[in-house]
Amino acid sequence: MTEKIPVVENILSANDALAEQIQARLDQAGVLALNFMASPGGGKTSVILRTVQALMDEVRIGVMDGDIVEIDLRELAALGIPVSLINTGGQCHLDANMVHRALPSMDLDALDLLIIENVGNLICPAAFKLGVHRNVVIASVPEGDDKPYKYPGMFRGADVLLLNKMDLQEYMGFNVDYFRQGVEALNPGVAFFPVSCRTGEGLDAWFAWLRAQLNSRGAAG
Amino acid sequence: MHELGVTQSILEIALRHANQAGAARIREVNLVIGELSSIVDDSVQFYWDMISEGTIAHGAVLTFTRIPATLRCQHCGHEFPLNHHDYACPACGSNKVVVADGEQFYLESIDVDLAEPQPGP
Repeated sequence: MTEKIPVVENILSANDALAEQIQARLDQAGVLALNFMASPGGGKTSVILRTVQALMDEVRIGVMDGDIVEIDLRELAALGIPVSLINTGGQCHLDANMVHRALPSMDLDALDLLIIENVGNLICPAAFKLGVHRNVVIASVPEGDDKPYKYPGMFRGADVLLLNKMDLQEYMGFNVDYFRQGVEALNPGVAFFPVSCRTGEGLDAWFAWLRAQLNSRGAAG
Repeated sequence: MHELGVTQSILEIALRHANQAGAARIREVNLVIGELSSIVDDSVQFYWDMISEGTIAHGAVLTFTRIPATLRCQHCGHEFPLNHHDYACPACGSNKVVVADGEQFYLESIDVDLAEPQPGP
């Protein structure tokens, strides 16, 4: 006799439960954690470098990088901050389990801000919660203004969106209004900062946003 | 490539619920996947056949109910499919739209053979 058993359980429920554990651990240590997502070459590492340089005298920052090689981490390590490679073994995204296993490599009690650099990919990382407090999505002008339309899941899940390489806008014919309309439909009111890591344009607004997140967290904790 | 990990999650959930129900065999696993979370394709069945071997789930058929992403116009209320080129409302042209559907990503039900026929009175 065959019978239908109702289940209705999120397919990634195990990942989500582990992500909650990670967030509890971060909260306990008073660490604000960010998940940086972008295409390969979108500027994750550049934004992180700029951000660390701007804020490292104010807050204690650590960076975990989901990658297969340590190239991106060398520049960050040279700044004298704690860094850690989450070796993804070629996976297309980070998941809560990878972060959970790598977390002991960071002394969380010695940090205020933990930056996790996800795998360069606009599809898969959006689906896997890591237990962070904010998802940071970085798009860049050379990728084209149609990205929110091609990869809606990624832009829907962003808590803050940076549009990098604005110094190239005039050469690329990038329509910022079209881009923003796509973002607004998926994610109304999301914080949005056009920036250029090369010229420094717009970065102060992003730093101010991040300081506000850190401050409200300090006040709450 | 992450379908293997996703398939392991599906198998774990299906086996847990089947065991709770005292099932002898899982025949069908019914998944609901919205377009906005469409991070799995039909290769899940291929992985399933490999990793479910030796369990009561081996041989089960995975069914996918795929839910298209739709947007709803906040100006005129029109609901329309997400077309990947333009999110403006096709009825009134407004850009004030919100996601209405397409974010599902869950295991809805399993069809199982129950272990033993219930003993008669």
